[in-house]
Amino acid sequence: MSALGSVQALLPTATQVGSPAINIAIFAAFVIVTLGIVIRAARNNSSAADFYAGGRAFSGRQNGIAISGDYLSAASFLGIAGAIAINGYDGFLYSIGFLVAWLVALLLVAELLRNTGRFTMADVLSFRLRQRPVRMAAAISTLVVSFFYLLAQMAGAGGLVALLLGIDAKSGQSVVIAVVGAIMIVYVLVGGMKGTTWVQIVKAALLIVGAAVMTVWVLAMFGFSLSALMGEAVNNSTIAGEKLLSPGLQYGKNTTTKIDFLSLGLALVLGTAGLPHVLMRFYTVPSSKQARKSVEWAIWLIGIFYLFTLVLGFGAAALVGPDAIKAAPGKANSAAPLLAFELGGEILLGLISAVAFATILAVVAGLTITASASFAHDVYAQVIKRGKVSADGEVKVARITALVIGFLAIIGGIFANGQNIAFLVALAFAIAASANLPTILYSLFWGRFNTRGALWSIYGGLISAITLIVFSPVVSGKPADPVTGLSPSMITDATVDFHWFPLDNPGIVSIPLGFFLGWLGTVTSKERSSEAKYAEMEVRSLTGAGAEKAVVH
Amino acid sequence: MSSTETDKDGNVTSTYAEVQQSAEFADLRRRFRRFVFPMTALFLAWYFLYVLLAAFAPAFMAIKVFGNINVGLVLGLGQFVSTFAITIIYVRWADREFDPTAERLRAQIEGEGA
Repeated sequence: MSALGSVQALLPTATQVGSPAINIAIFAAFVIVTLGIVIRAARNNSSAADFYAGGRAFSGRQNGIAISGDYLSAASFLGIAGAIAINGYDGFLYSIGFLVAWLVALLLVAELLRNTGRFTMADVLSFRLRQRPVRMAAAISTLVVSFFYLLAQMAGAGGLVALLLGIDAKSGQSVVIAVVGAIMIVYVLVGGMKGTTWVQIVKAALLIVGAAVMTVWVLAMFGFSLSALMGEAVNNSTIAGEKLLSPGLQYGKNTTTKIDFLSLGLALVLGTAGLPHVLMRFYTVPSSKQARKSVEWAIWLIGIFYLFTLVLGFGAAALVGPDAIKAAPGKANSAAPLLAFELGGEILLGLISAVAFATILAVVAGLTITASASFAHDVYAQVIKRGKVSADGEVKVARITALVIGFLAIIGGIFANGQNIAFLVALAFAIAASANLPTILYSLFWGRFNTRGALWSIYGGLISAITLIVFSPVVSGKPADPVTGLSPSMITDATVDFHWFPLDNPGIVSIPLGFFLGWLGTVTSKERSSEAKYAEMEVRSLTGAGAEKAVVH
Repeated sequence: MSSTETDKDGNVTSTYAEVQQSAEFADLRRRFRRFVFPMTALFLAWYFLYVLLAAFAPAFMAIKVFGNINVGLVLGLGQFVSTFAITIIYVRWADREFDPTAERLRAQIEGEGA
């Protein structure tokens, strides 16, 4: 720690940039405006369809913008820009996996899911299988994925606070995490899905416009030549040099890291269409045609945004420099904010910081509503009460659940603050791809699929992904850093080493396993799923007959 | 619902099982699967080709095309272009080829003037 401290002392400009007062003021303005929108949106929040699905009244375009708001989390905005600034091309690889993944959602999942479900992923999975066990499994998987994702966002908030508000003390950061969590709970309780969706839309618009302005600014400084920008990034990267521009800086060390990269690539491309908070967004539109339009908009916005991050990442390397970024409190995550300060001083930094905060707030709200819907609609109403519960009673449980999850997120965020848990997002994608995607695809496309197949696939994918992560180098056993003597694993004590799985990402094993178990469970069970139910599901999924309609107020 | 019924407004409706057996639905399903399955195989193959090249052929990816722009960047941007292109092609196909039939079957099932 002392070595790290002295490095920071040598670089005072990197630890204290901008004016915390401006950052806080802009963020407060965002909170006030969005709270106003949430309260307005909440006037018609009465039914379960209102609370969980925003009355299914959003247009495809609105939902597409909200989806991009959900998806462009702090990890993608700050994380990818930072990864490109430090690891160059290898950072760019992330954004490609994150984008191409949307084609799975577009072609195979979004419309069929919208046509057959009501509120949650489990609605579709349990459509023609035995309700209670399948709902329980789908809900557990939803809660685990959402919670890991949530924790990663909240932990990121702590580092951001240190950088942007100049709050170095852990106690001060904890207060800010609690405030962020409390505002998020208000959004969810007051606004439901409608309010949350509007927060996502506002945030997505700010984020994309902000990134566009910075991108044009950076390009203008290099005569709109990407080649010149990359040349300057290389000149400024004393350690990486020319290697910045080609793959291999992060993943090219040896065969294990290369296979690890394949594993990550698999999890990224197959995970998105299994993320519960993404799937739930397809229920906020009135029809499958609008669900298609949502994904179309999301793909354009997310794709264009990732092209911006390519420029911003290399821009940060060229104008701020990898050494200054690594020395800043938020490490790689501070690349985009530091670039904003370099370009537009305190005001632009304040704007970008506020957007980054808003990002965490909005994504956490979306995750909370997904998790609470899954608990109230699947576990409470269907599994515990066996469907004998009024819609009002269910929404009441959902609100209480949101409160509990919000509270857990605050506690988790405070404990996780400063911990190396960035891998949780990759883990959430791996679980979504191993446990959720196989069952979704099998139930939509395979008539023979049955309850045992679903259970084996969900639990098998979930348990194998988590087990492999626990015994992987991300939790223990990475060689100690020669300078600090600490291991870059989650357990920083280098003498603790219980890993036996060589890869950081479990996807290459757990995803095929999830698909295989779904098949094996199905063919070894005598249960034949009801042909009438499959006929209904197949016809409904393709034609939209009997699909849930928008709420008319 | 085991056979043809009338809904509360007195319109004739078809059951899901009947529709599933109908030639028109079988055709719709075949056209849908013929479009999305090969397209999925195509973009996944192209994506994994790219990932494998990035992991195992970094020297090839580092070949300069012009200025500091190398093969890796061109192929990476190619992934963006192909994703946008497939989105445009699919949405156009679905709006023109798929929706009219699906809509007709839906109306038949829900008894809206069928």
